Amino acid sequence: MDSFLGFDAVTLARIQFGFTVAFHFIFPAFSIGLASFLAVLNARYLITKNEAYLRLFKYWIKIFAISFAMGVVSGIVMSYQFGTNWSVFSDKAGPVVGPLMAYEVLTAFFLEAGFLGIMLFGREKVGNGLHMFACLMVAVGTAISATWILSVNSWMQTPVGFSIGENGQFLPEDWWAIVFNPSFPYRLAHTLTAAYLSTAFIVGGVGAWHLLRGEKKNVGVTTMFSMAMWMAAIVAPLQIFLGDLHGLNTLEHQPAKVMAMEGHYDSHPDGAPLILFGIPDSENRTIRYALEVPKLSSFILKHDFNAPLAGLDTIPDDEEPPVAIVFWSFRVMVAIGMAMALVGLWSLLSRVRGRLFDDKWLHRVALVMGPSGLVAVIAGWITTEVGRQPYVVYNTLRTADAVSPLGAQAVGASLIAFIVIYFAIFGAGIVYLLKLMHVPPQPGQRGVRSEPGPIRTAGHTASAPVATGTATAK
Amino acid sequence: MEISFDLTVAWALLLAFSVYVYVVLDGFDLGIGILYPFFPEKRDRDLLMNTVAPVWDGNETWLVLGGGGLFAAFPLAYAIIMPAVYPPIIAMLLALIFRGVAFEFRWRAGRRFSERFWDAAFIGGSVMAALTQGIILGTLLQGIEVEGRAYAGGWFDWLTPFSLLCGAAVVAGYALLGACWLNMKIEGDVQHRVRHAARIAAFITVLFIIAVSVATPFLEMEYFQRWFAWPGILEVAIVPLLVAGLIVLLARSLFVEGRDWMPMVLTLLLFLLCFAGLGVSMWPYVIPTELTLWDAASPRKSQLFMFVGAIFLVPIILAYTAYAYWVFRGKLDPDQGYH
Repeated sequence: MDSFLGFDAVTLARIQFGFTVAFHFIFPAFSIGLASFLAVLNARYLITKNEAYLRLFKYWIKIFAISFAMGVVSGIVMSYQFGTNWSVFSDKAGPVVGPLMAYEVLTAFFLEAGFLGIMLFGREKVGNGLHMFACLMVAVGTAISATWILSVNSWMQTPVGFSIGENGQFLPEDWWAIVFNPSFPYRLAHTLTAAYLSTAFIVGGVGAWHLLRGEKKNVGVTTMFSMAMWMAAIVAPLQIFLGDLHGLNTLEHQPAKVMAMEGHYDSHPDGAPLILFGIPDSENRTIRYALEVPKLSSFILKHDFNAPLAGLDTIPDDEEPPVAIVFWSFRVMVAIGMAMALVGLWSLLSRVRGRLFDDKWLHRVALVMGPSGLVAVIAGWITTEVGRQPYVVYNTLRTADAVSPLGAQAVGASLIAFIVIYFAIFGAGIVYLLKLMHVPPQPGQRGVRSEPGPIRTAGHTASAPVATGTATAK
Repeated sequence: MEISFDLTVAWALLLAFSVYVYVVLDGFDLGIGILYPFFPEKRDRDLLMNTVAPVWDGNETWLVLGGGGLFAAFPLAYAIIMPAVYPPIIAMLLALIFRGVAFEFRWRAGRRFSERFWDAAFIGGSVMAALTQGIILGTLLQGIEVEGRAYAGGWFDWLTPFSLLCGAAVVAGYALLGACWLNMKIEGDVQHRVRHAARIAAFITVLFIIAVSVATPFLEMEYFQRWFAWPGILEVAIVPLLVAGLIVLLARSLFVEGRDWMPMVLTLLLFLLCFAGLGVSMWPYVIPTELTLWDAASPRKSQLFMFVGAIFLVPIILAYTAYAYWVFRGKLDPDQGYH
């Protein structure tokens, strides 16, 4: 069989899609949250005229510009991957999936791109009001974009509202049913919240870093840390609730995925245990060294300790998702979610005791948790995507039947190119982001493109030339 | 009463429109990258890049609409063309990554060495993206092997002298667009050098237009008949005649001082005529001589669902895009940038 380094073309195409989309998704997840954060900062600055908010706006917009650019360029790859690597899918599902993605371009991409320039560079040219409007359009655009693409993804997970034509194409019958398919509202709420929460933890991590470095008197630092910890305290528990709803929805529509997530190889007629940890052994179809709580899984999923739960033994072998990947990625996501909620709770206690900016251990934990949201986002995405295998359109089109008629060499060579270039380019981008985050926000913070020279800085601080890196109020 | 309105044709026109808008808008962005080697000074390079910094992202979005629209309105064509041009498409996407991140990374580099690196990424990415876009066009024109509902050729079928010729032509054409854009946006000494570059780019572009135009009718019998059969020749001959007229006007505008917007407008028209020429050759095929637009069209329900949105949204998009250009209108002050 045609292969490249021991992999066949389907596996290579899957690795390529998974790799490019996972890398891509980090940036939009961050941009979705950051765009809204920036809109909030700008609004609060305009209302309160408190310089700390402007300082933070200019600080984070530089980070946003880089992250957004990386999201755009890695996203264009995605819009062509369907055709290059999954041409049979494109041909068959195009009539349903294509229009939704076209709407994403028309309603979201243009909106973001059109107003991004004004948001980044245009405050002085258009005035505060229109600049605020541009910030809002960018923030709204990122959320609209997520809405359409999650509608597409959800339809592929829970396809409805179509018929199959004579030529094998999926034909749309009811657009309303397609867009608002059964898993869409849950996936949308869970994913958007994940983006906001991930961003909050990055912001909180940066704030914690500067607090640990003695920037306690810098109102920019304390403001961002405080805002992030409010998000953690309020949104992390909300996210656990939304995740639970999404899980129940998955149980209804994709039970095999939940079986793999839970590690239930066997059916449990009188109450299934919740397996906390263990090592899935697919040979012997069991979880080894399982640490489990009896009957708890039935309680979580069915709200009854003794409710029967079917296991993977009820699913034909060739329709079973890979258990170990789904089992582990799910646990990573849940563990991070729980940890986030604990950090939120901890921050509330510290805040009540007036020690929010003095609690070194809270700052250390918040720093470590900085990137955790993005890890959880990727883990969650792996759970849902690997969990619906072996199908690309659930129960209808198999992944193996959707691939392009390409040789394994072509897919393998391009995969290597993607891996090398992504790590080099986005690695450099992440270094630049970390360099920006390493410097604390300053009074008279410069905006985008802050190289020395005769540069017009936006806002009322324009006249104060600030030496970078030294002028912090200490 | 029956209204003869063909949705498939409407979509073909809308897609042609977005590809044209992409070509001219990202064309001048990419053209700036292609011209970068001739402006080695950091100060000049900062200036050149700042002329497009607020708009490049929106310009590139038209490429996503082109690809996404093809996927949605003509999924079969999308499913066949993408594997057929697999290596150049992947190369284009990677090139656009290098080019796109350079807009941000260049300013963050800090060290001279890494700034040089991102300059090189900007140049290499721009040239490669232009070249591969031309190659993809050439591949489509020279024909793609189709069997059933899938691409049936090898993964190097795209590589021919003709596709390479088209690739080089697009590089030259984008350089011309870039130079005309800069001529509008820049003053003083740099503008003089830009005008000089524009003259050279215009000369080379014209040579390539002639070469591609001469070669195309010999690729397929149908193209030949379209261009040379009597009496159709009376109609289609308008295109080359108008091109010839435009070239004269363009040459004049590049040698006469003042009216800095004129070369840009004439170049946009030149590209429009080249597009019309392509239309004459390809109509009514989406993959020449294999698939017509109607063979590849998605069901009416899909096309209609999108069309309803598109007729409202495209004018709105054009309006706020125009507004964004208006905000950043006029000549750039080399001492200010936007920032």
